[in-house]
Amino acid sequence: MMDVLELGISELKEAYWKGDLDPREVTRLYLERIQEVDEEIGAYITVDHQGALQEAEEAARRIREGEGSPLTGIPLAIKDNICTKGLRTTCASRILYNFIPPYDATVIERLKEQGAVILGKTNMDEFAMGSSTENSGFKITRNPWDMRRTPGGSSGGSAAAVAARECVAALGSDTGGSIRQPAAFCGVVGLKPTYGRVSRYGLVAFASSLDQIGPLARNVRDCALLLQAISGHDPRDSTSAPVELEDFLGCLEGEVEGLRIGVPKEYFVEGMDRDVEARIWEAAGSLEQLGLKVEEISLPHTEYAVATYYIICTSEASSNLARYDGVKYGLREGSGDLMEMYLETRSKGFGPEVKRRIMLGTFALSAGYYDAYYRKASQVRTLIKKDFEEAFRHCDLILTPTSPTPAFRLGEKIDDPLQMYLSDIFTIPANLAGLPAISLPCGFSKEGLPIGMQLIGKAFDEATILKVAYAYQTITDFHRRAPSLDPKGTQG
Amino acid sequence: MKISIQQVEYVARLARLRLSPQEKELFTGQLNAILQYMDKLNELDTSGVEPTFHVVSHVNAMREDHCKGSTPRDEVLKNAPSSQEGFFKVPRVI
Repeated sequence: MMDVLELGISELKEAYWKGDLDPREVTRLYLERIQEVDEEIGAYITVDHQGALQEAEEAARRIREGEGSPLTGIPLAIKDNICTKGLRTTCASRILYNFIPPYDATVIERLKEQGAVILGKTNMDEFAMGSSTENSGFKITRNPWDMRRTPGGSSGGSAAAVAARECVAALGSDTGGSIRQPAAFCGVVGLKPTYGRVSRYGLVAFASSLDQIGPLARNVRDCALLLQAISGHDPRDSTSAPVELEDFLGCLEGEVEGLRIGVPKEYFVEGMDRDVEARIWEAAGSLEQLGLKVEEISLPHTEYAVATYYIICTSEASSNLARYDGVKYGLREGSGDLMEMYLETRSKGFGPEVKRRIMLGTFALSAGYYDAYYRKASQVRTLIKKDFEEAFRHCDLILTPTSPTPAFRLGEKIDDPLQMYLSDIFTIPANLAGLPAISLPCGFSKEGLPIGMQLIGKAFDEATILKVAYAYQTITDFHRRAPSLDPKGTQG
Repeated sequence: MKISIQQVEYVARLARLRLSPQEKELFTGQLNAILQYMDKLNELDTSGVEPTFHVVSHVNAMREDHCKGSTPRDEVLKNAPSSQEGFFKVPRVI
């Protein structure tokens, strides 16, 4: 049984087409696996048994009739802020506890066109606000490598589900690192596409100028396959880019020799975790073995990224979350007049981190403070974007750690919001500049926790980061290791 | 920048949030710590720097003006906490 759960997308597809495996059987194995381990891990908010089995039935028919696509019959998990028609979508918030979308997000439509199987919806920090999944309004998710630690966030449920073999691959969303940081903490591959590459139609908005949907998978090839499926222009999202779609799978085996990879000196700061630093330099060594040229570069405004990001994202969030008023969907509280209804609904429906961010954003946009905070941050965003433009004159891609530390402990940072915000320091700049970035496993800490490296590319150049990441995985095996799932948390 | 408990109350009102006395106190402290950190941006001289509100270069994405179907009203109203005769129902306003 474990063997089937170890298969990636391409291997499953081959087994389906040869008739060695059947999507119904594989879907049942995944549903059993979820049954077996998810009470402990808590990766899923909603498991859609019936829907998944129906989709598997349909997938079996398509394969039998020779109409299969690369994702036909592949069991996937979806972050619970991506709308799925008829399937509850909560954003892990009490305020949307009963919301059943009347439509599919564009990415879901595209997965369904290919005949993918949707196993369920994964846990997250409420409205994607957090870096540990502890801000979920429903439950915590545990890191499959060490049950006492967080899986990262906000796509912690998706990352944990991939790592614990509770799905083949998953979709998450990334506003300041919410795909890459949990991918690093859980030892899987996660990619944030270029802003505009993937349609945001049907993604519940957090910070609209930063949000992107992207894949989390066991390896780079699976990541490329999923990216291929969900990318492309969508007239329903005005920020979706009308650019030609490349063949991400076809580019994987392309030439990497001679590519220049920049390592920004500002990302190696005093007090950084020693294991993380050591693993990144080892990864740089492996990339040199593959013929890449490693050079030191500078991104001088890096230290301003966290402050810039938390002004911009909270400002956008305070505006986006004004729609939760108890009128159109979700929770309604209060028995008095309209104002009473707004106040009660929002105060009972939102958790503490969401309230904190709405407060911060409302303040940053309020009369008298707009120029000092929101406008100032938007100007610094320009400087951060220019840092990357300058750097990419000298290199083709950038290598950094994904996170300054491996997975931290549950409860460790939850009472100190600023410390939690600082854990996003290496992932935020790519969102501010709108650039594509991937996190992939590059080794382990001495406690046995996965460590991730990040490759940042030029805008719309996912092909280069995928090809280098793929080449790296041909000479390393960190991505093949799976957590042993010690449910009592006695390891380490 | 230092934010007072009165300012926290004012911002909460703008954001339509009702905070308990404990929340007001907690948020005042936490927001002050965060805003103090954000003052870091004042180290930078940004005079003459154009703000970036969006990284995409294309503006005003237009599409052909064609009629097409939209989500049926009944489907949308299924999620409403209260509705009547095809409308969202809210507490009396006037």
